[in-house]
Amino acid sequence: MPKDSGIGAATLRREDVRFLTGKGQYSDDINLFGQVAAVFARSTVANGKINSIDTTTAAAMPGVLAIFTGEDFAEVGGNPAGWLINSRDGTPMHEPKRPVLAHGKVRHVGDAYAAVIAETAEQAQNAVEAIEADIEELPAVVNMKDALSGSNFVHDEIGTNQCFDWGWIEDNRAATDAAIKGAHHVTTLELVNNRLVPNAMEPRCSMAQYNSATDEYVLHTTSQNPHLTRLLISAFVLGIPENKLTVIAPDVGGGFGSKIYHYGEEALVLAAAKKLGRPVKWTANRTEAFLTDAHGRDHVTKIELALDAEGNFLAFRTETMANVGAYLSNFSTATPTFLHGTLMAGNYTVPNVYVNVKAVFTNTAPVDAYRGAGRPEATYSLERVIDKAARELGMDPIALRRKNFVKPDQYPFASAAGLEYDSGNYDALMDKMEEVADLAGFAARRKESEAKGLLRGFGVNAYIEACGIAPSNLVGVLGSRVGLYDAATVRVNATGNLSVMVGAHSHGQGHETAFPQVVAEMLGIDASVIDIVHGDTSKIPFGMGTYGSRSLAVCGSAVVRATEKIINKAKKIAAHMLEASDADIELKEGVFSVAGTDRSVSFGEVALKAYIPHDFPLEDIEPGLEETAFYDPANFTYPSGAYCCEVELDPETGKVRVDRFAAVDDFGNVINPMIVTGQVHGGLGQGIGQALLENTTYDENGQLLSASYMDYTMPRADDLPFYAVDHSQGNPCTHNPLGVKGCGEAGAIGSPPTIVNAVIDAMQSGGKNVTHIDMPVTPHRVWSAMQNV
Amino acid sequence: MTNVTMTINGKAVSGEVEGNTLLSSFLRDDQRLTGTHIGCDTSQCGACLVHVNGRAVKSCTMFAAEADGAEVATIEGQANADGSLNVIQQAFQDHHGLQCGFCTPGMVMTTAALLKDNPKPTEAEVRAYLEGNICRCTGYHNIVKAIMAASGQDVSAIAAE
Repeated sequence: MPKDSGIGAATLRREDVRFLTGKGQYSDDINLFGQVAAVFARSTVANGKINSIDTTTAAAMPGVLAIFTGEDFAEVGGNPAGWLINSRDGTPMHEPKRPVLAHGKVRHVGDAYAAVIAETAEQAQNAVEAIEADIEELPAVVNMKDALSGSNFVHDEIGTNQCFDWGWIEDNRAATDAAIKGAHHVTTLELVNNRLVPNAMEPRCSMAQYNSATDEYVLHTTSQNPHLTRLLISAFVLGIPENKLTVIAPDVGGGFGSKIYHYGEEALVLAAAKKLGRPVKWTANRTEAFLTDAHGRDHVTKIELALDAEGNFLAFRTETMANVGAYLSNFSTATPTFLHGTLMAGNYTVPNVYVNVKAVFTNTAPVDAYRGAGRPEATYSLERVIDKAARELGMDPIALRRKNFVKPDQYPFASAAGLEYDSGNYDALMDKMEEVADLAGFAARRKESEAKGLLRGFGVNAYIEACGIAPSNLVGVLGSRVGLYDAATVRVNATGNLSVMVGAHSHGQGHETAFPQVVAEMLGIDASVIDIVHGDTSKIPFGMGTYGSRSLAVCGSAVVRATEKIINKAKKIAAHMLEASDADIELKEGVFSVAGTDRSVSFGEVALKAYIPHDFPLEDIEPGLEETAFYDPANFTYPSGAYCCEVELDPETGKVRVDRFAAVDDFGNVINPMIVTGQVHGGLGQGIGQALLENTTYDENGQLLSASYMDYTMPRADDLPFYAVDHSQGNPCTHNPLGVKGCGEAGAIGSPPTIVNAVIDAMQSGGKNVTHIDMPVTPHRVWSAMQNV
Repeated sequence: MTNVTMTINGKAVSGEVEGNTLLSSFLRDDQRLTGTHIGCDTSQCGACLVHVNGRAVKSCTMFAAEADGAEVATIEGQANADGSLNVIQQAFQDHHGLQCGFCTPGMVMTTAALLKDNPKPTEAEVRAYLEGNICRCTGYHNIVKAIMAASGQDVSAIAAE
């Protein structure tokens, strides 16, 4: 029987009530007395020299209060890269300054070079249009190959467009080369992991207040990690002391990575609020979101898979160009390296892996982590080349994968790409997938499709990812400039209800429901008396935020640790109340009792006593009942899964329709299966969107051609099927107290290769020997590929 | 500036608007009804969808002055009189048809319009009707399921949780 409360229950989300009744409070819903508006002047060219910016006319326009240009921020710090990557030769990556406003040069369409503050947004917009900027257009660097071979540099002072040339693992290179050279068979594939725009439905918004009497700032902003934003602004950009800056991320309308990062607009509104003494708000429109939110993916990869005569994998070797855009965003150097290269052994016992990644500056928007962040790119390369190898060798694609899977008795398993997988059972996932997907019925369904003149393809995929992005010691070795742990405070109030302050941030993930389930289970009390507080640096001890499917695995573990401390102290209080020894106190269903007796006190009585300590032995017990824990795990977590789908392809038009999709994931233990299933659905929607619909296109001059919902194909309801999702095959994570692995990104990681493999299978079934097609698999691409063979 | 008068969620309101003030801005900025959201500039996303005289309208496509004298319904007026969730809202909660909540007001208002015209829509009809509402979080599975459930159909055969 499914549970109806606590861990494992499909508890309905309490946050839904405010969202369903229009009472959410997103950043742009908040208005402050005396508030004024900021609007940015943005470059219309991809590469240009700023000769002059004349703001005289604009400054005299109605309502205009101030105008800022890059000159005003020339002395403050740049927005830094969070990870230092060294090239194969040991030299550090190139880190050009990313200023608050462009200074000297603009480097991508949308790069902000000025900002107007006016009484209203309309007045500010009018004044922006009156700024006379003499920006000399220069040839743009758009294509990565051109960027690496040419002499036109995005950052002249660096003298190259190569940010770094990274090898992983450099010591494995010779052995990998030798394994490929001596192999029975080598399958090679060149592929593009298409560039995507995250497109959280809520555009970014930042609003700053300044109090001159106390020299304190408050920034409301659309962030997945308010403490990280505060740290970046304080330590690197504006130098505002952390104790003088409160960052609040209220309700946030989706992130998918794009709201991890600190953006220049946040610094601008803070500086403007101080200068004017009035609250300053900026809200992006959708075009600005397309032009300036960090994009995702954009890899070009050549991958080779070496096999022996029996189909055993001998080596994977890849060469990748990864676009980082015009400036380094906060995680942009980690995404194509340590979140990508370290996963390049996949679910397999392959002994040799070598990954080479060249990160490339171009005159395009910065590229950073987008749902999956590096792991989708790794999975796509691996699972496409494996599928191609199976076809070349005449092997069943499932059998070939199974033959090379890490087996359940091999954990902990040291992968050839340098990670230690803690747990898993990939064959069990595949077994379940075959059952859930009714693989046995495929042949009949294919016949039915063919009777309609359609081609039916089957695609399969296995993935592993590293998430719960954390262990400070590990990410430190890998180049992270921050620690990655998380924090929680559990406050038991005198009247027996709880406030739990968490460093994770919920922007759709349902933390306000799921985290109380954990605490309620541990304390044996009703979850309805437990509230989560998140998204406000003044209320929460600290936190590294929500990304990399880390909230529950890392912050949830901090919640467990803090709750354990609460239980320990509460037992002491109960022991005092019951005149017993601490060691004899048991907690069960919210009641503390002396073991083997009927003497007991309730959780509520203990809470009250903690705050009314008339007779406390103060030398042994402090008053109050509030505990904080920081949790820094021992390893990443390793969710894995087996996905498959069936597509129907119309050979007359090239149109592909996803008919069935089955996703079987090992997320370890599951706190709220309803929420977990929803996370998988969302990831699948985005992954199928990447595979079939979405593409970010710049022309040769660096103009973004797909800068609105008229041009960028967002998945709509009628593009997607119902999904069959199963997470019954969980193997608990061995190193965190909840045994959880993280579920936020899996769908987006596992689905793109599944779809493309199915499209190839459909074309093959129609007698067309197409062995690869790049995403998005549009009707035009499919139809063209089928004509050309 | 022009004076406009309209009924919003059953309550008569009036305000001064510019000729180019959009209904969406009037609702959010003048009336402080911030449940109506702005997600795009091209009338594609549907987060701002409201009802004007009983018809579904993207409030970013209409000037406030055009709504003079109209009956406007927004998400803030959808709950039952006692404050509890209405059938559509309850179905969205029951079937986890929302995550970040930003597209949700538009989804609920679209559903109300759909079910008024088509009380028992098929899955294909629901998906087609949602053409003008973009959700980035849910992959639509649970939205479609919630809408079908709100129409009184048995959705227990639709996969999972």
